[in-house]
Amino acid sequence: MKTLNRRDFGVAVAAAILLPATTARADDMEVHIDNFVFQPAELKIKVGTTVSWTNRDDIPHTVVSAGKFRSKTLDTDDKFSFTFTNAGDYKYFCSLHPHMTGMIKVE
Amino acid sequence: MSGHDHGDDGVSRRKVLECMTWAGTGVLWTITGGVPRSLGIIDSAQAATPAAPGMTFLQISDSHVGFDKPANPNALGTLEEAVNKINAMPVKPSFMIHTGDITHLSKAAEFDNADRIISQSKLDVHYVPGEHDFLDEEVKFYRERYGRGTKGQGWYSFDAGGVHFIGLVNVVDLKAGGLGNLGAEQLAWLEDDLRGKSKSTPVVLFAHIPLWTVYPEWGWGTEDGGRALEYVKGFGSVTVLNGHIHQVMQKVEGNVTFHTARSTAFPQPAPGAAPSPGPMKVEDAKLRSMLGVASINFKQNEQRLAIIDTPIQG
Repeated sequence: MKTLNRRDFGVAVAAAILLPATTARADDMEVHIDNFVFQPAELKIKVGTTVSWTNRDDIPHTVVSAGKFRSKTLDTDDKFSFTFTNAGDYKYFCSLHPHMTGMIKVE
Repeated sequence: MSGHDHGDDGVSRRKVLECMTWAGTGVLWTITGGVPRSLGIIDSAQAATPAAPGMTFLQISDSHVGFDKPANPNALGTLEEAVNKINAMPVKPSFMIHTGDITHLSKAAEFDNADRIISQSKLDVHYVPGEHDFLDEEVKFYRERYGRGTKGQGWYSFDAGGVHFIGLVNVVDLKAGGLGNLGAEQLAWLEDDLRGKSKSTPVVLFAHIPLWTVYPEWGWGTEDGGRALEYVKGFGSVTVLNGHIHQVMQKVEGNVTFHTARSTAFPQPAPGAAPSPGPMKVEDAKLRSMLGVASINFKQNEQRLAIIDTPIQG
């Protein structure tokens, strides 16, 4: 039984060590739309990161980066996600309220 | 403008009182010889008298059918109240213009519901789209219903009662960081449309987003609106009617009167008075005093054009 316990312990340690690697998705980033503002307005992320935008306003918005990505119309609490596979600066805006702008810097 | 056009009998005291009630909290403008000035309550009462000759048309805006958030859980209901108000007006208007955001999310059912209620006015309605009317994937529902016979993204002109009306679209192809947008194609069409028109022809421009810069921080303006206004500069009487900002706002510049109408769905805050231009929740008892329609009266001989904003209630 002792060896079994030790093995269980070993598994648990392995899992704990693996955790950061297997939960790379925990690095995924969130942007909220509140009061016609993207928050945070600028994000710095690593290649491979997925960013999710959630609209928390009572008015629909979109998330559009010319030639790169374009969400459908996001009604209240709707979400849009995009995974950045290339480095670069991604300016984006709401095509309904173009004074709303944001930036994702991918390195 | 004065009471002279009512003849020696003038306006009876009872009628004045009726009309004062009718004018409510409305604001009235007239244009005489192309120069607008605001009028006192007695004058406005006369302008609203059922006997007022000339042409009257209505502006309705921002019905946002489908909106059901706390600021107004029943936008379809308040649209119907506005239409009932129109049907009860002492002067039957010649027609109606709708300055966009008919629906909230461009769903087919929202367009159908809007049409079902608005058609109860039994008036011809001339529409221009708001940004909320172009949200369906294929951007076809608005065009199928209201785009027939229009140019480009839906702009057009028509003549009624001696006035030249121009419906413009400034909610398409918006640029990051910018405001409303007319675009080169539409501006070229506008210039062409006005070519050869007598400068004494009264012109009404209508579009969803204000053509003048109300508050750029909230996107309340049109990037190239100034270009459109250049083309109408020489005309003696120009009236610009917009929606989008869900409140009454006016400006007079030379021969041009700018006016925005209330929404029938929900109010929005005054510029800068809140963190965002989103729907403004007010007390239930106050809501209907902040929703409404506008009626516009034009008299050919006097070059007079008057705008009365009528709330649904109060």
